[in-house]
Amino acid sequence: MHIWKFGNDIDTDAIIPGRYLTIYDPKELAAHAFEGTNDAFAREAKEGDMIVAGRNFGCGSSREHAPIAIRGAGVQVVVAVSFARIFYRNCISTGVLPIICPEAETITENEEITLNLDEGYLTAGKRNLAVEPVPAFMRKIIDAGGLVEYAKTITELELCTK
Amino acid sequence: MAATITEKIFSRRCGQEISAGDVMMAPIDAAMIHDITGPLAITKFREMDGTTVFDPAKIIMLFDHQVPADSIPAAENHKFMRAFAAEQGILNYDVHEGVCHQVAVEKGRVRPGDIVVGGDSHTCTYGAIGAFATGIGSTDMGFAMKYGALHFRVPESLNLITNGKFQNRVGPKDLILSMIGDLTVDGATYKAVEFTGDTITEMSVPGRMTCCNMAIEMGGKAGIVAPDNVTRAYCNGRTDGGWLDLAPDEDATYVLEREYDAGDLVPQIAAPHNVDNVGDVTKYEGTPIDQVFIGSCTNGRFEDLLEAADVLGERKFSPDVRVIVVPASKTEYMKALRSGLISLFVEAGAMVMSPCCGPCMGGAFGILAPGEVSLSTSNRNFRGRQGSTEAEVYLCSPATAAASAVKGAITDPREVA
Repeated sequence: MHIWKFGNDIDTDAIIPGRYLTIYDPKELAAHAFEGTNDAFAREAKEGDMIVAGRNFGCGSSREHAPIAIRGAGVQVVVAVSFARIFYRNCISTGVLPIICPEAETITENEEITLNLDEGYLTAGKRNLAVEPVPAFMRKIIDAGGLVEYAKTITELELCTK
Repeated sequence: MAATITEKIFSRRCGQEISAGDVMMAPIDAAMIHDITGPLAITKFREMDGTTVFDPAKIIMLFDHQVPADSIPAAENHKFMRAFAAEQGILNYDVHEGVCHQVAVEKGRVRPGDIVVGGDSHTCTYGAIGAFATGIGSTDMGFAMKYGALHFRVPESLNLITNGKFQNRVGPKDLILSMIGDLTVDGATYKAVEFTGDTITEMSVPGRMTCCNMAIEMGGKAGIVAPDNVTRAYCNGRTDGGWLDLAPDEDATYVLEREYDAGDLVPQIAAPHNVDNVGDVTKYEGTPIDQVFIGSCTNGRFEDLLEAADVLGERKFSPDVRVIVVPASKTEYMKALRSGLISLFVEAGAMVMSPCCGPCMGGAFGILAPGEVSLSTSNRNFRGRQGSTEAEVYLCSPATAAASAVKGAITDPREVA
């Protein structure tokens, strides 16, 4: 497993540039992921790798191409100090697990990460770092296998029920 | 309980008291899709076993990012969406009408008090007429098109209060850039941004659209202005009313209140590569530029073109600058055409393109080479946004764009008499 580290305010144009938005295939998108920002990612990212980033990861455009490109490269977990709102929702929709970890920036590229989400922490190297719980409603979608699968389980939609 | 605009909209739409922090499935009054995020939304709708959309009259569809089709894949996307519109009975504005956010508002497809989702992050623009409008991804959109509903966490609100009168050549774009500089690119993440104060009540709907449009650039879920007489006058004849009685209660709860003085404000610039990298134009004066873009959902309306034309006057644009003017919609284009602005721009050396997103997102035309510098009235200056990751994008108002295009370098529009 390799950790791909990024800084603060990584926008969705950096994750997948606008000129590739006519593409929808995960593997084809992955070939251009982080192009011009970190070209090694598209060449070397493998299944099981993780992204660790600073604040406001995924800000900018609503393009779902961004988490699709990340997933297409084999990355299923993004750990960040914080996420931009639309990107966070899009991760859950597309099967990428967004984990909010206030101390994410202390994680180094060579550390092994194991997730203990139910217990509220992740382990990086030998350190346990607190992670924020995933909201209950989002958890239902994740557990269903994404929003498409969740939608298939709905028999009657309950509107405005808190 | 005292409520913000957002809480009032969700409460009235749900018929019960809803407060910030509540999570629920809320009904949708309109859903907007365009040529970039629409094809995937349709695919997801089908993967969810969708057969007919919840209400074809509530789907707003058009193409604006890559129009007329600039590549075979873009043409295929358009063709795919046209077939879906025909199958579902959705009115498709196709490639003719302009930028999605301008079209949705000017055609009366969204109303004050509506809950609106759009497959584009700048959907928050519709808050200018008092709608709660937010950008979503394509899978969420597939869900919204099938069920006419979507899961929401009702956001807390910020109250940004602006009073005073703008100086000459200073306007809504300078105000919103200064607010983003102040609050930073994630200062409003997951929050609704309410714009209040006498500067806002005296501001036109186009100016309010400029402000609400960029709420997302501070991370906001929505930007919103309480409907008033300005809203009423604008919506009259466009929509069948909507809810106009949405002013926030005096003791509504805000997570942050901030006051701004419009009279103190000078023209603002957002320098590369973040929208909160904002400073007075004087700090950047003299920076040479290769391209100027006047247009976009932020600043492509007639009012913006008039502001640029007013600065331009009888001058010519610098021969060293490529000036690209793109009206935000056919309606705005025709207003500019009839008032003589189009010929003014063309004779001054600009290229005036048909309504679309233009160079804003670096997908269609006006793409930058490494080392080039663009000055743009659009909303994002991210690295690589308009082409090469080694290019630079500065953001500004239409007045600053026009003054700078004349001089060939970033220029304070107040110095161009």
